[in-house]
Amino acid sequence: MRRFLPTLVILAFLVSACGGGGAPSGMTTIRIGSTNFTEQLIVGELYAQVLEANGYKVERKFNLGAREVVVPALESGQIDLEVDYLATLLAFLDKNATGSTDAATTAKTLDEKLRARNLVQFDFAPAVDQNGIVVTKETATRLSLKKISDLAPVAKDLTFGGPPECPNREFCALGLEKVYGIKFKTFRPLDVGGPLTVTALEGKQIDVALLFTSDAVIAVKGFVLLEDDKKLQLSDNIVPIVRKDVADKGGSDLRTRVNEVSRKLTTAELTELNKQVGVDKKDPKDVAREWLKKQGLLR
Amino acid sequence: MDFLASVVAWFADPQHWRGDDGIPTRVWEHVQLSGVSVAIAAVIALPLGLYLGHTGRGGFVAINVANIGRALPSLALIALGLVASIALGLGLGFWPTLFALVPLALPPILTNTYVAMRGVDADTIEAARGMGLREAQVLRQVELPLALPLILGGLRTAAVNVVATATLGALVAGGALGRYIVDGLALQEFDRLFAGALLVALLAIVTEATFGILARAARYSGSAAE
Repeated sequence: MRRFLPTLVILAFLVSACGGGGAPSGMTTIRIGSTNFTEQLIVGELYAQVLEANGYKVERKFNLGAREVVVPALESGQIDLEVDYLATLLAFLDKNATGSTDAATTAKTLDEKLRARNLVQFDFAPAVDQNGIVVTKETATRLSLKKISDLAPVAKDLTFGGPPECPNREFCALGLEKVYGIKFKTFRPLDVGGPLTVTALEGKQIDVALLFTSDAVIAVKGFVLLEDDKKLQLSDNIVPIVRKDVADKGGSDLRTRVNEVSRKLTTAELTELNKQVGVDKKDPKDVAREWLKKQGLLR
Repeated sequence: MDFLASVVAWFADPQHWRGDDGIPTRVWEHVQLSGVSVAIAAVIALPLGLYLGHTGRGGFVAINVANIGRALPSLALIALGLVASIALGLGLGFWPTLFALVPLALPPILTNTYVAMRGVDADTIEAARGMGLREAQVLRQVELPLALPLILGGLRTAAVNVVATATLGALVAGGALGRYIVDGLALQEFDRLFAGALLVALLAIVTEATFGILARAARYSGSAAE
């Protein structure tokens, strides 16, 4: 009998993990990964909490690093779900693919690229978060900057700061040079739209910063978001990505639960969520729970 | 083999040898950051170690307090340093890193100086006093030359530790060689990452060798004093 005990324990474990709620049988744990900036932690929480409330067992693997880390982790099965952005993910998966300013078109192109990698996208959210080119009010007035193209003649004297991966990104320094002909004096690697970038811009260690358009800090600090007049940034709607085997196992229940959250997530709502965490310093967990309750997705 | 070739190619690319992100700039930033850190630590720890060693009082307490510096994780100190530096308006990069590196450099310098001073032969000191030398002269002309090799050993340990740890500065937007490691990881450019690690290791070896030469020179001057 003693020999069977460990087996029994394991069995009991498995049964308890599968049971309860509306989670499909055979679905053990769903591991949600995220990249390394505030919004990702909040959005990750949104999906995590809704799935938990519906009987899924969720493991949070947040703050893993850049997309270069998270996407391979998803493909290789170290995580099961990650939340990404349509056009940026498309460009990441295929450097030659052209996204569109229309979200549905971008999603369609993305679908093919994902299928080749055994990945599936669920419905994208109305919320858009793009890379934003930001300057201080003082710089904007001094150089009369309103649009990104205004930077082209003066960029050679300016320092640009953003995430370390920016120089190799189509939607960052690389695209600014190709589409706008903007070549900055230097690039200063900081963080992904985080406190280092904000501090550096405020402290005049950089003149131009890459922040996210859904970041409330832009308004709070009185920064100026330059208009993307040549449409470098495409439809970067929030979109949950899962591995195919997970999507199959989760079936329509998983899809519905995830899509319910995405549907309610607009840019205004997202910006407000970011503000509560980034500016008001609230815990992403609490912010997510309150929002989900308000939306009627959580009791 | 492919990987090694890509690292060699990285070093061979002339683009990587000029500009703000070029190897000379990054090496210089690294030397500057490490040098200032060790210098500040030496200014604090050397006089203290000399005094405690000369008088032989309170050394145990001082060394144990300084050893806390060894136990504090440098990563935590950098994070604290960043918060303090932003609050004080000192900006990113240099100052927060310095805040983490100085406590790292203090204990070896203080401990070695104290132990070196205590290790000077008591009879020699007595003889010097007997010859009518004043305390300051005893310290400067007898104890210091004899203790110098061991004191330099402390500076060497401190400098090598600091050179290896200064890479952390890149996490708080600092320059120096850590930049290649942090950026290499973010960009998944492993040749850049490896090149950065290699340069740091080389710099640590050069530091070690430089202090080795200094220590040898000091031994000669020490034996001359004897």
